[in-house]
Amino acid sequence: MNNNYSSNKMSVEAINQHKNSSDDIMIEVKDISVRFNLSNQKIDNLKEYFIRLIKRKLVFQEFFALKNVSFNVHRGESWGIIGSNGSGKSTLLKVISGIIKPYTGNIKINGTVAPLIELGAGFDGNLTARENIFLNGCVLGHSIKFMEEHFDEIVKFAELDEFLDSPIKNYSSGMVARLAFSVATIVNAEILIVDEILSVGDISFKQKCEKRMEEMRNKGVTLLYVSHSIDEVKRICDKVIWLNKGEIKMVGNAVDVCDEYIKVMKR
Amino acid sequence: MFEIINNIKRNFKYKDLLRQLVTRDLKLKYRRSFLGYLWSVLNPLLVMIVMTIVFSKLFKRNIENFPVYLFSGQLIFNYMNSSTHLALGSIVDNGALLKKTYVPKGIFTLAKVSSSLVDFVFSLAALFIVMIVTKAKFSLTLLFIPIVIIQLFVFCLGLGFFLAQAYVFFRDIKYIYNAITTAWVYLTPVIYPMEVLPDLVAKWVSRVNPMYFYVSQFRAIVYDGVLPDEQLIMGGIVSAIISILIGVLCFRRSQDRFILYI
Repeated sequence: MNNNYSSNKMSVEAINQHKNSSDDIMIEVKDISVRFNLSNQKIDNLKEYFIRLIKRKLVFQEFFALKNVSFNVHRGESWGIIGSNGSGKSTLLKVISGIIKPYTGNIKINGTVAPLIELGAGFDGNLTARENIFLNGCVLGHSIKFMEEHFDEIVKFAELDEFLDSPIKNYSSGMVARLAFSVATIVNAEILIVDEILSVGDISFKQKCEKRMEEMRNKGVTLLYVSHSIDEVKRICDKVIWLNKGEIKMVGNAVDVCDEYIKVMKR
Repeated sequence: MFEIINNIKRNFKYKDLLRQLVTRDLKLKYRRSFLGYLWSVLNPLLVMIVMTIVFSKLFKRNIENFPVYLFSGQLIFNYMNSSTHLALGSIVDNGALLKKTYVPKGIFTLAKVSSSLVDFVFSLAALFIVMIVTKAKFSLTLLFIPIVIIQLFVFCLGLGFFLAQAYVFFRDIKYIYNAITTAWVYLTPVIYPMEVLPDLVAKWVSRVNPMYFYVSQFRAIVYDGVLPDEQLIMGGIVSAIISILIGVLCFRRSQDRFILYI
């Protein structure tokens, strides 16, 4: 991945200037496939490994979570990814955020990525919220100084001032999600990756999150959005990819693809 | 070479994460314990007292000031032991995180070996207490302690990288490594003086056991108050380099497959 740190400091105006020139490509996904090993009995110890090696029973049962997926995302666009469970949506997001290396194909990212894949991944239940904000910020690649500067802003957005010094393990899941969302969206990222996180949290916070995403979009942030709520996708995204069993079934305008998807699903 | 420099540059922005991980380890270890960081000093001290009572009779004639002899060896070996055991689980334990965000994976192993190092530095205080109590002499050679620590740190880091990546694929490495360290401590002159070993064993231990190099160097500095032999230093440096090369190479080769196994 070539997401450059310096591009993080790109000013808002600069991003705005670029907004209309939609010909620069932010995410270039070229023919990627992701392979998993699906053997029924997973061998995770040496003893088993050698026994099977001797018996020649080392099988590698492969399973492709993504097959030959290609698409380009331009600056400022927002893309929705839909499909039934297990169709590879989350895997695709993980490939884009650099967590999984594709088995074949390649991927090019131009800009900083803020992945909101399962919120609170970097949290440690035994640490307090204050400590977790710093830890999580550093997991996302920020410096301690950056986090100190934005600390108040994060706390204010999360509305958790009273609980700052209690361990996260005592928090409700909604509270954890609030905190995580605030930390994750603090950065002026150029690409925002959202994986069905807004399902937790109460209505007012949900609206707040959507407002924040809207603001970021107005600044020219590129959005990738996974959701099972088709209405939400229609409302937020301009383009949609429909994945089915790891392959692209349909790409196009949000409304067209969503209507087709609903038609097929209802059948 | 160019690629390596680029790599370091790219991962440099995670230096604050390393700091956070190390402080987290230390904080969580001592949080809500009455004596806090004092445990780092007390724990080795208590073990040392028990072992001195048990073993000092056994080697009384050979070793003067047995507590310092024992303690200097024990500190070094314990650092290796605890840092590599912690490093072993560093990738698997942070699996949840590695599945969800992109972080340079080696940072968790590095953090574990580093936080053990902080613990080790704390327990040096215990060593000095023992030296004061037993009226051992302090010599200027103590200034060479950092040189031994650097060698040891690099050695443990390499070993830690190797173990951490192997543990992702084979979970019984943990038990195997446990057995190895148990044997290792008996093959290193920590409790006993080198002279009690049979000639043949002593010859091999002094040639191929990396921990022998580090323990002996440290002891020369702290216990004898002399500069360590060149051979010991060479042995220590070479072991550290071999260890870090193997560790980093294995780790780099397998790190892209971690996600499929954690």
